[in-house]
Amino acid sequence: MIKFLLRRIAMIIPTFIGMTLLTFALIHLVPGDPVELIAGERGITPARHAVLRSELGLDKPLLVQYGNYIWGIFHGNLGKSIVTKQPVFKEFMTLFPATMELSFFAMIFAVTLGLPAGIIAGVKRGTFFDHSVMGLSLAGYSMPIFWWGLLLILFFSVFLGWTPVSGRLSALFWIDADTGFMLIDALKSDEKGTFVSAMRHLILPSIVLGTIPLAVIARMTRSAMLEVLTEDYVRTARAKGLSPLRVIMVHALRNALIPVITVIGLQTGVLLAGAILTETIFAWPGVGKWIVESINRRDYPAVQGGILLISSLVILVNLAVDMLYGVVNPRIRHNK
Amino acid sequence: MKRLCIMLLCAFAVIALAGVNVDAKTCVYCSEGSPEGFNPAFYTAGTTFDASSRPMFDRLVLFELGTTKTIPGLAEKWAISPDGKTYTFYLRKGVKFHTTKNFTPTRDFNADDVIFTFERQRDKNHPYHKVSGGNYEYFVSTGMAALIQNIEKKDDYTVVFHLIRPEAPFIATIAMDFASIFSAEYADKMMKAGTPQEVDLNPVGTGPYVLVQYQKDSTIRYEAHKQYWRGPAKIDKLVYSITPDASVRYAKLKAGECHVMPYPNPADLAQMAKEKDIKLMQMEGLNVGYLAFNTEKKPFDNIKVRQALSMAINKQAIIDAVFQGAGKIAKNPIPPTIWSYNDKVKDYPYDPVAAKKLLAEAGFPNGFETDIWAMPVQRPYNPNARRMAEIIQADWDKIGVKAKIVTYEWGEYLKRSKEGEHQTLLLGWTGDNGDPDNFLAVLLGCDAVGSANRARWCYKPFDDLIKQAKTTSDVAERTRLYEKAQVIFKEQAPWVTIAHSVVFKPMRNEVVNFKIDPFGGHVFYGVDIK
Repeated sequence: MIKFLLRRIAMIIPTFIGMTLLTFALIHLVPGDPVELIAGERGITPARHAVLRSELGLDKPLLVQYGNYIWGIFHGNLGKSIVTKQPVFKEFMTLFPATMELSFFAMIFAVTLGLPAGIIAGVKRGTFFDHSVMGLSLAGYSMPIFWWGLLLILFFSVFLGWTPVSGRLSALFWIDADTGFMLIDALKSDEKGTFVSAMRHLILPSIVLGTIPLAVIARMTRSAMLEVLTEDYVRTARAKGLSPLRVIMVHALRNALIPVITVIGLQTGVLLAGAILTETIFAWPGVGKWIVESINRRDYPAVQGGILLISSLVILVNLAVDMLYGVVNPRIRHNK
Repeated sequence: MKRLCIMLLCAFAVIALAGVNVDAKTCVYCSEGSPEGFNPAFYTAGTTFDASSRPMFDRLVLFELGTTKTIPGLAEKWAISPDGKTYTFYLRKGVKFHTTKNFTPTRDFNADDVIFTFERQRDKNHPYHKVSGGNYEYFVSTGMAALIQNIEKKDDYTVVFHLIRPEAPFIATIAMDFASIFSAEYADKMMKAGTPQEVDLNPVGTGPYVLVQYQKDSTIRYEAHKQYWRGPAKIDKLVYSITPDASVRYAKLKAGECHVMPYPNPADLAQMAKEKDIKLMQMEGLNVGYLAFNTEKKPFDNIKVRQALSMAINKQAIIDAVFQGAGKIAKNPIPPTIWSYNDKVKDYPYDPVAAKKLLAEAGFPNGFETDIWAMPVQRPYNPNARRMAEIIQADWDKIGVKAKIVTYEWGEYLKRSKEGEHQTLLLGWTGDNGDPDNFLAVLLGCDAVGSANRARWCYKPFDDLIKQAKTTSDVAERTRLYEKAQVIFKEQAPWVTIAHSVVFKPMRNEVVNFKIDPFGGHVFYGVDIK
């Protein structure tokens, strides 16, 4: 197990270096100049332009800039945002709890509905329920997020008035963002009703963000179940006279879970990095939206740092998923 | 399964129905984006000013809300020397700075605060000059850095600005956001504590609202400044709920989650006007959208070509198709809301036949090939540059001019056009201070070639007039000079002036006394909730 872990960590290092190189190269390949964007229509004289570029360190050769960037990373310094002048790591850590909270609830939503739906659809193959689950998951998978989000807002928030339109907390509550996790901060607050308000604000974004993972998990669970249910050991278990519930939950599901866990792991990565549209629709102050805005403003340090941190997290989640295989299925041993 | 569904629905309903609505004296503004920071001297974006200079600060001179007229602010009055080079400001007494968790002021506003604010931006050796990056973009680009010779404190309530040359727009310029007055006492305290950047992160001003909390990309919370010198604001709590998507802002407005929203989708305006809970205010924007000819390049160095192409464009079709009615044809380079607007100027009529004839006289009977640069972004003065370029392309085609539409990424577009790579280009301008000089000199003066003068048009008779107007403090004389300059501009046609857009502000009916700011800002002092 430890050997496997070390081997995996060793593999992370080249991935990590490749990632920094790719992010750096891509953002610098995109045309555009942060200094011109700062000046806008007013324009800027060439002398002032040169001064500003030099102050931002953009006048140095790209290789030197990359070297400085890597040097900074090894010293725990991701640089300062060109726009806000704040350390990139600090900005990321301010926004990341919001993304994590949303991703967590979206995943809970996707797993609690997707897993049972997939199992039942697999077991009751060819029935109306199976067709419905497959049809709905296909629809969920192909749904444009922007349209889906606005539709839910119009129906639940504007027409029925059940849920708030956007944001993380009602404007009535003035609480301190100590942890950045709104539910925890709300619980810590003395103001009555804060927690409920925070929960209400989570409902629609979690549904919208969780829709695609829900569809993927349901479909993957169904097909894994179908495959496992035809295995000899399932037939043997049934022949032994075990209850159908025990056959499905203990003998079939446990084996079917391996590909499902892989998918859940991959989807978690997607959620962390890909919540951009959901964050924009629901005015959710997360890292996805921040990175997109930084790209538009050519805020190089923010883009590089943000993508680096997100990618590192995705790598870690995948590592954790690999570790989980052994827990779910003892036949998979990592100590070879 | 059924039971699970019922339980989920019940839980959903309980949480949903436990909702609350916005309190009566809290005003929620669904702003379109996050401020870049809270020191207005560093930035140029309206979104940043809305969150910083407008609620939290005052300037020596203010703009009367809803107009471009300057009125006394932290300076009760001022005197200008006969040579126009010395401005003496007599400061208001009894003005209190905000009390925040970082700072409790021990004295009222005085001359030291004015000196600190301006010297920080002007003097490269000032201890605060380099703090927080130290890019004072407006101070530099409005020419203040080169204009102010020195600032003198006569006594605690008298400050004298000595200028290098007379500058008539000076009063309007120091009414701009970048000249917001900071507390020198707070700055000293933070410098001693070793945290000078706090002055910019958690600033202390004299304005109607005190910053309480900023959650990045989410909310900004302010409380009314109880000791505000113009009387406390009627709204106790002001919340900016940052909502980048216009459709979502509209949904929040309808659901009562916010009171005022900026920048509606043009396509939503008709529906908004029908809503019974929403009122739609409108005002002509302080802007101009134009097509600039690169007058340094052939054939646009020929006045007849420029005039012919001006005549060939059907501006009304652009107003209808691009602005969807939310715009007005522009004939002058300054909007009608600015003083000295010359209404006597006659615009070129839309006349393709006359245009073709004029083009033939200029030596191009069969037209020529050119390009039209179209901006890749939506701006207040041009909601859809691509569409506008297509209409112009079709219009010019009728007189034999074949135009290719070119576009670049926004930063690249600004850079290349500044360097004069284009032949014709679409762009525009939103005024900063309501002074005609802010349009005519900034966009069309000889000094601006290579920066904001994208037509690269340097015409001495015009330039002499605007330079003369800049050094004259007599408003009647300035008006006369600017009116004359506008006649020359029309005749020379370095631009086709296309439109002044109309700004719409949707808000809930319970909002009273909201005034649209011609500068595009959102000001909540004076606003009340019924």
